[in-house]
Amino acid sequence: MATNVYMEALSPTMEEGRVVKWHKREGDAVKTGETLAEVETDKAVMDLIARADGVLRQVTAAEGQTVPVGKVVAVILGPGDTSVPAPASAPPAPPAPPAPPPRPAVAATTGSGERGAVPSAPVQADATRVKASPLARRIAKEAGVDLKLVTGTGPGGRVTKRDLETAGRGERGAASPAGAPAVVQRSEPLPAPRSPEAAGAGAAYDDVPLTQIRKTIAKRLVTSLGPIPHFFLTTEVDMERAAEARDALNKQLGDQGKVSYNDVIVKATALALVKHRACNAWFMDDHIRYWNEVHIGMAVAVEDGLITPVIRNADRKSLAEIGREARELAEKARIRRLQPNEYTGSTFSVSNLGMFEIDQFTAVINPPEAGILAIGSIVPKPAVVNDQLTSRRRMRITMSCDHRVIDGATGAAFLKTLKQMLENPLVMLL
Amino acid sequence: MIILGGGPAGYVAAIRSAQLGMSTALVEKDKLGGVCVNIGCIPTKALLHSAYLATVIRDSKEFGVEAGTVKTDYGIAMQRSRKVSDQNSKGVEFLMKKNKVTVVKGTGILQPGRKVKVGSDVYEAKKAVLIATGSRVKGLPQIGLEINKTTVISSDEALFLEKAPASLAIIGAGAVGMEFANIFHAFGTKVTLIEALPRILPLEDADASEALSRSYKKRGIEVIPGAKVKKGAPAKDKVTLEVEAGGATQKLEVAAVLMAAGRPVNTENIGLAECGVQVTERGFIKVDQNLQTTAPGYYAIGDVAGPPMLAHKGMREGVYVTELLAGKKPHAIKYDNVPSVTYSHPEVASIGATEDQCKERKLDYVTGRFPFSANGRARGTGETEGFVKILRDKRYGEILGAHIVGAQASELIHELVVARENEYTVEEVELAIHAHPTMSEAVAQAALDSLGRVVDL
Repeated sequence: MATNVYMEALSPTMEEGRVVKWHKREGDAVKTGETLAEVETDKAVMDLIARADGVLRQVTAAEGQTVPVGKVVAVILGPGDTSVPAPASAPPAPPAPPAPPPRPAVAATTGSGERGAVPSAPVQADATRVKASPLARRIAKEAGVDLKLVTGTGPGGRVTKRDLETAGRGERGAASPAGAPAVVQRSEPLPAPRSPEAAGAGAAYDDVPLTQIRKTIAKRLVTSLGPIPHFFLTTEVDMERAAEARDALNKQLGDQGKVSYNDVIVKATALALVKHRACNAWFMDDHIRYWNEVHIGMAVAVEDGLITPVIRNADRKSLAEIGREARELAEKARIRRLQPNEYTGSTFSVSNLGMFEIDQFTAVINPPEAGILAIGSIVPKPAVVNDQLTSRRRMRITMSCDHRVIDGATGAAFLKTLKQMLENPLVMLL
Repeated sequence: MIILGGGPAGYVAAIRSAQLGMSTALVEKDKLGGVCVNIGCIPTKALLHSAYLATVIRDSKEFGVEAGTVKTDYGIAMQRSRKVSDQNSKGVEFLMKKNKVTVVKGTGILQPGRKVKVGSDVYEAKKAVLIATGSRVKGLPQIGLEINKTTVISSDEALFLEKAPASLAIIGAGAVGMEFANIFHAFGTKVTLIEALPRILPLEDADASEALSRSYKKRGIEVIPGAKVKKGAPAKDKVTLEVEAGGATQKLEVAAVLMAAGRPVNTENIGLAECGVQVTERGFIKVDQNLQTTAPGYYAIGDVAGPPMLAHKGMREGVYVTELLAGKKPHAIKYDNVPSVTYSHPEVASIGATEDQCKERKLDYVTGRFPFSANGRARGTGETEGFVKILRDKRYGEILGAHIVGAQASELIHELVVARENEYTVEEVELAIHAHPTMSEAVAQAALDSLGRVVDL
């Protein structure tokens, strides 16, 4: 029997997916459970799995093409099967995502249909082929650019020289090239536009289509800073003892791991939240959900945006455990291999820009959470300790609070506990 | 949709607009087909063929065909060219009917609110008004050469002469000047071709200019490049010109002068300012990337929208705008991939950059060249003048520019136009098997030559 292959909802918030790479080609034999293609969702690159045995046929989604969830992208023909299944409008129920907690703020935006930035390629016999002009192929080959990752604007989504130049300029500028995740391998930078006559060369601006992750960031953040009444609390923490404790721990651990300041901050935050449940909450429109568990979302910058993997039950994990988990999650985020259950369900978040030498900043709340900490860099500062002027390592923390959940005094109390824990790590043992 | 002007840009836009289901009106004050069909591209090609036959028959003896004394009659050739034009204009009329385009005869004036007034009637477009009013000939009154239609003429008059003048000075050696020099020379006129810039066909590759200059001179056409016409004095049946070239001033007495230097666009008295449609410093209508003017709902296509002032560029703009307005995503126009053709003998056809432009832009390029003298087919027909020249990017093989001089150059160039449009490199051109023997083989050989692998040379 022939089976339709649908663009599946591979993450709870996914509305459309971009085919990054077909692992199977038109005519290949496939087995249930085998990876057919890699798909870039709004958060990560995930595998599209075969749900039947047979031969892959009628691949309609080209690599690089964005396809709405529920659309047929190929067909698996069973043995002796020549007919094609009737085009069904709705896919079978997508596989249940691994039980992520509900995210009302995002759920409200589903069902907007197809609006891919990439012009949808006409159905063709074999879309597993990359469409590119001979010149684009030659340039890409020499420059080491993976053509599958370039959005084509030529006829039928064909990649042209101009597309490579646009992608190249985007790469050098602040924005990433259209839909180019971290997997782009480049042996040398793209050549500068060689022919000034080429349209687009020297244009006053570049239009870069939103990647899936950028779309999601945009969507989620306007549901935050816009509607959520933010207020901010800042405190400066003396990190001298935390630094000493961390050094001692690292010495103790030896090659068995490493504890970073961030791990210490995550742990202290989790413990402080246990004492201040009022801050460990979700605003759910008609009610507030106070969490009994503490799951800390940890903002990680990836090439194309940011994502917050979650350290679950951080209050109950050791510093070494938190350190190991944080590193694993950050690495997965960077190669875009986070699974939905690894980046959903946080009850409170921490964003750290200390490594960028930012002294102080404010972070945007990740709804429906009610608070987020913005961690600045640790800098030696003159401080008066025991009436003596000395140099101390100090760090600024700014908490963003959703005033619908957290009041000024509530937030301040939580911050005070956190500050005490960081300034005197032994308090964490209390 | 209302389209003002029934030239190539306008009538093609009208057809496409109707095909896309829009109710379409085309306003034209004269014959459908515009300058191109009636007093431009089409009749000149008819006359050029007459000129070609005269030349071929004169030289036919060595081919074993003797035709006796060859007599030419410009009047008859002109009458035939008129028939060709009329057929084409009727063809456009038929296409308008077939596509149910409403043709409004009369002079249209734009009015605010996407309206066009023709006589006492006012037509209103829901979608857009396309301005496709084209361009016209001009004289040089500042030096005494106002077009008087007898001794100082333009192409408009040249196309209706009953008889070729005894002598003719042509001012301007672009495509128009070159083609008329060719026509009249074949009909026995003593032709002097005067060009202000340092070489004839100044927009083409220097090698093409050089080849044509040699070919014309050999035939007895006088070519004066880098020349300034200081003064013209038209009399009843002659014109005296004062021409300064190479530091010396010479007096030239000719039966007539043909003005072929530049064509101003028709933007006056059509209500542009009243509708908020602005023009550029050079006089063209100011348009954005979508060819929309500064007044929303008013678009400009063809000559009025800016250079290159070529029929095929205007035709494509007409298609582009109508598809855009119909909500489609039209293929973007690559203005650096509009072929340019001069239908002289030999013909000159080109696409993309000239070699001088490659140098100016500091492009790293390689030149491939193949002369028709080494091409079997060309030898067979005795048309061995000219060459194919391909400028390719050294690193990636992109075809930066291509220049063909020779018989059928106007047809041969399209292989390279298709190649450039689709970003084929010289290798794809060379890898395609070319029939033997054909003139087209020279294209493949030039591509090979640019790769250092030419076979037939």
